[in-house]
Amino acid sequence: MIPLSWYLILAAALFCIGIYGVLARRNAIAILMGVELMLNAVILNLLAFWRYGEPTTAVGQAFAAFVYAVAAAEVAVGLALIVVIYRSRRTTDIDQINLLKW
Amino acid sequence: MGFTAFNPTWLLSILPELLLLALAIVVLGVDLALPAERKRTLGLWTAAGLIVVLLVTLLVPLPQGPAFGGVVQIDGIAGVFRVIFLLGGILVALMSMDFQPLRQDGPYYGLLLFSLLGMSLMAIAENLVMLYVAMELTGISAYVLVGYMRETPQSAEAGLKYFLFGAFSSAVMLYGFSWLYAFAGGTGYAQVASAIGFVRFPLAVLAFLMVLVGFGFKVAMVPMHFWAPDVYQGAPTPITAFLSVGSKAAGFAVLLRALQFLFPALEMTWVVLLVAISMVTMTLGNTFAVWQKNIKRLLAYSSIAQAGYVLIGGAAASQMGVASAAFYLIVYTVMNIAAFAVVVQVSNLTGSEEIEGFSGLARRSSFLGWSLMLALFSLGGVPPFGGFVGKLLIFASAIQSGLIALTVVGVINVIIGLYYYLNVVKVVFERRSEQEQEPLEVPAPSKWVLGITMAAIVLLGILAYPVYQWVWQASAGWF
Repeated sequence: MIPLSWYLILAAALFCIGIYGVLARRNAIAILMGVELMLNAVILNLLAFWRYGEPTTAVGQAFAAFVYAVAAAEVAVGLALIVVIYRSRRTTDIDQINLLKW
Repeated sequence: MGFTAFNPTWLLSILPELLLLALAIVVLGVDLALPAERKRTLGLWTAAGLIVVLLVTLLVPLPQGPAFGGVVQIDGIAGVFRVIFLLGGILVALMSMDFQPLRQDGPYYGLLLFSLLGMSLMAIAENLVMLYVAMELTGISAYVLVGYMRETPQSAEAGLKYFLFGAFSSAVMLYGFSWLYAFAGGTGYAQVASAIGFVRFPLAVLAFLMVLVGFGFKVAMVPMHFWAPDVYQGAPTPITAFLSVGSKAAGFAVLLRALQFLFPALEMTWVVLLVAISMVTMTLGNTFAVWQKNIKRLLAYSSIAQAGYVLIGGAAASQMGVASAAFYLIVYTVMNIAAFAVVVQVSNLTGSEEIEGFSGLARRSSFLGWSLMLALFSLGGVPPFGGFVGKLLIFASAIQSGLIALTVVGVINVIIGLYYYLNVVKVVFERRSEQEQEPLEVPAPSKWVLGITMAAIVLLGILAYPVYQWVWQASAGWF
């Protein structure tokens, strides 16, 4: 069986790539994809801990399912907001979405 | 974790939340029945419904203790926070009726109620899964509300910024949750708390910090405060008020409970950390507020500073700390909403939210001028108003816990705060403007909002004892 640590390292790597995407990308949709990677890392973590730690209870699986469902709702709202911005400004570049500062 | 059979009294213990859900559905239904020109009355429906829920919460003796197998925990402090949210919701619904740029429709008031429901669940959640779902319910409804004025570029931009910051911080928090689940093999607070003492220290602290990112976003504490000024400025003003009191109070409800019941094993660490964060939050909020030209941005930085004061109560880690933080949040809710209610009236009239636009306000409407002055005096901590008593209690709790340095920084910050609050008062009363002869009519709902908040600010100042007594008894169950 593959050791638990492999899953955790993969999840941590995904999480870090996600954070890098959020911080380095200037496109709102790409930032959103970074957040999604971070959430995938969470789900991977939860399922790995569930399988190796407490496979007899359903808590980890249930938590992962909740994360999936809520993240989907979150993305729907986020994309709608991006569409609203794009309609008026013709851009999704957050450096150009700068009416509010200081 | 054993299986617990369903018990019908569980439903009774979350009655306020169930009523909120029912009210949201009723408001959405009424929206379908109302003709377009009468949609404004939805605000009254919402406020009236919330008053009923508030009365039920206050007067009906609901069962206390854990419900739904420990997923939620109904206790005294949860009751106090329910009252804070409902009070904030009533006032925000009423002031929304008078905000002209906002289109009055069912989804707006429905989302407001769903967000309130999420906050209420945040205050009672004692399970990581429940907490996550409640926080997202609050957050996702609020993202939409912030961007609700689609035609206004600032509002849409604020919505996007709020969403991106919120989604990022909740993802970091969830990663922390996944580790807490790994430590304990379960998601109940008690389970995690007993397991966390056996985890290697750096790992436990790392998980704690990740969780703190998510909580810190909600209360807008440094370094998770960046979103606040932009979002507060761009959002529809009633929603700014809603975020600054409701969302912040909900964040503190979660934070205070988590510190006591999720991370008691790390108390030595989080006290030091919260002292530092509280100092930086107060100082940064107050110093940046001094330079602001836009009243909503000024109130945004002021609300960051106010979060710093409440954090003092958390850092005190005592019953008095929790009680004074909760008391301060009650006072803060009424005084901050009062300030925003005046901003709504002025921005309806002048179309801008610059502080310059407040020139001669006291001559146009002495009611608005005096209301704003009272609200700002209370925010600044001038005796004998509620804000003064709140700050006094918070500082007393810090001294009681031996946090002398923190108290000194806090008092210095109160003085900096007074400077910019009084500056606005000076513009309102001293500065002349050309239109100052035109009288300014205040619509009825805003009159009620200002009347209630003014009475509360004064009463919480001179008759603070019964309210503090109530909060003190509510927090007794925690210690």
